[in-house]
Amino acid sequence: MNKPDNKPFDPAIKSALTALLYQLADDDFILAYRGSEWLGLAPHIEEDVAFSSISQDTMGHAAMFYQLLEDLGEGNIDSLAHGREASERKNAVLLEMVNGPGHYLSTAQYDWAFAVVRNYFYVQAKKVRMDSLKNSSYQPLADVALKVNMELYYHLLHWKTWFVQLMQAGGEARPRMEAAIKKVLGDFEGVLTLGPLGNEIAEHGLIEAEERLKQRWLFMMEPVFESVNLSVSESVFAMKNGNGRKGEHTADLDAALSTLSEVYNVDPAASW
Amino acid sequence: MSGVISYQEWTEEQKYEQFIKRIEAGEKIEADDWMPEDYRLTLIKLISMHGISEIMGALPEKEWVPKAPSLKRKLGIMAKVQDEMGHGQLLLRVAEDLMKPLGKTREDIMQDLFSGRLKFHNVFHMEAPTWGDAGLIGWLVDGAAIITQTNMLNASYGPYARALKRICAEEVFHAQHGEAIIMALAEGTDEQRAMVQDAVNRWWEALLMFFGPGDATTTGTSKQDTTIKYKIRTKTNEELRQDFFTKYIPRVLSLGLTVPDETMQFDQQQNLWVYKQPDWNKFKDIIKNNGPKSKERLGLRQTAYDTNEWVRDALNTAN
Repeated sequence: MNKPDNKPFDPAIKSALTALLYQLADDDFILAYRGSEWLGLAPHIEEDVAFSSISQDTMGHAAMFYQLLEDLGEGNIDSLAHGREASERKNAVLLEMVNGPGHYLSTAQYDWAFAVVRNYFYVQAKKVRMDSLKNSSYQPLADVALKVNMELYYHLLHWKTWFVQLMQAGGEARPRMEAAIKKVLGDFEGVLTLGPLGNEIAEHGLIEAEERLKQRWLFMMEPVFESVNLSVSESVFAMKNGNGRKGEHTADLDAALSTLSEVYNVDPAASW
Repeated sequence: MSGVISYQEWTEEQKYEQFIKRIEAGEKIEADDWMPEDYRLTLIKLISMHGISEIMGALPEKEWVPKAPSLKRKLGIMAKVQDEMGHGQLLLRVAEDLMKPLGKTREDIMQDLFSGRLKFHNVFHMEAPTWGDAGLIGWLVDGAAIITQTNMLNASYGPYARALKRICAEEVFHAQHGEAIIMALAEGTDEQRAMVQDAVNRWWEALLMFFGPGDATTTGTSKQDTTIKYKIRTKTNEELRQDFFTKYIPRVLSLGLTVPDETMQFDQQQNLWVYKQPDWNKFKDIIKNNGPKSKERLGLRQTAYDTNEWVRDALNTAN
């Protein structure tokens, strides 16, 4: 199963593969969307430039994963990104949650602590996945993972720097960060899970087993948690707001989809 | 060293003469060089306004970043608006160096923006209600910006000239990005074509205003004489506006679009475009933060600034 050389796929492998690809694509797509809402609102101008660069990379990764789905006959990348209902989406619920109170154009009071923790924890999980995917049995996915990984190094460094700095700062920062950590972990299981076809995905060698990836995430994060005097037990990982891998989502996603596909929906058949 | 007086002993007049000689000879003035006070103040005003306009300019396009209708367009507009923020950052750094001897910092720039003392470009006070506006901003607003900025590429102040060089290179990409959006719409469905024409009609007056009044008699003040005297720029506002017409009117027409000015024509004898003047009183009012979106956008920036105060405090205690 190296190249999509027009040989028919074993249907069981194909459904496991597409399930994984939808998770990867939808995760990056919705988080990049949330990042784009932050545009112009970051704590300082330098951060605005850096954050929008990261969101742009992330949107580019989503496009690469959607392209793999298109190559497998799932539809064209723009209808995959813009034309699917919330119930068809497989992103983790954590990644669809609003940035904070208010609308991105007028009254936004976005929570920077939530942005830092969500992005840092997610990017580390994504890094673990990409490292594993480099050995995927599906070569086109392994190739994409290699490209994505090059940019992730900087994303991870960026968010880790913010995380450590804000955790160690005095004043309001620590309690705000701890509240954000609690919120993120309350739905972090939804990021780590490979969904209903998780076993099949691992058995076919598309990526390693969910539990191994989770342990690797903890292994990578523990020294950082220790350095900022934080203890995190995996017993608090949960999916309080639903399992996105099963198509369970919140009203936040419905609102996001109607915004991000507003122009596309004017005429989905038109060339834009 | 007898017979040679050191630079510290020069009179202000001698320093001024030397300064004028240097700029006449095409030399660049650097941040730590002596400069006349009105040169410094003119530059601070010009560059901080330019910088903050880049940053406020992200807001009309911000609406369309999440809404862009395809992955390719989403990536394009994300890159474009990120560049604009980058330009803002670059320019504020240049302004900060000029402000240092006056004991002022970026915090002062932000506070001046919120209080209305520091103005931003008239175009960024306007509404951008459709995807057509997103394309038009890239195409014609950035196109206009390229014309005014190219005019200052040889500015006597070195740090500004160098920043502009990089900015202009990126603006060319933005104009291409905008033009690609506009072409797709102009060649698209009736609804898409109407979207572009509406955007042209909506932005026309603001685009004319973009270059500023022809002279001080129109609005009471104009910095163009000072900036020309100090070799910060070469052409007048009206010359730039004419350059814009020459470059863009044929392109607008070639897409089957019209400009909302029936009097617009090229006068062969005068070798000039004849056009209807925008309402300069409206212009004055807009840049006093009374434009259609001025309050909302300033409010958004102020809210974000206040909401993030704890982050800036945290960074200050950490450093």
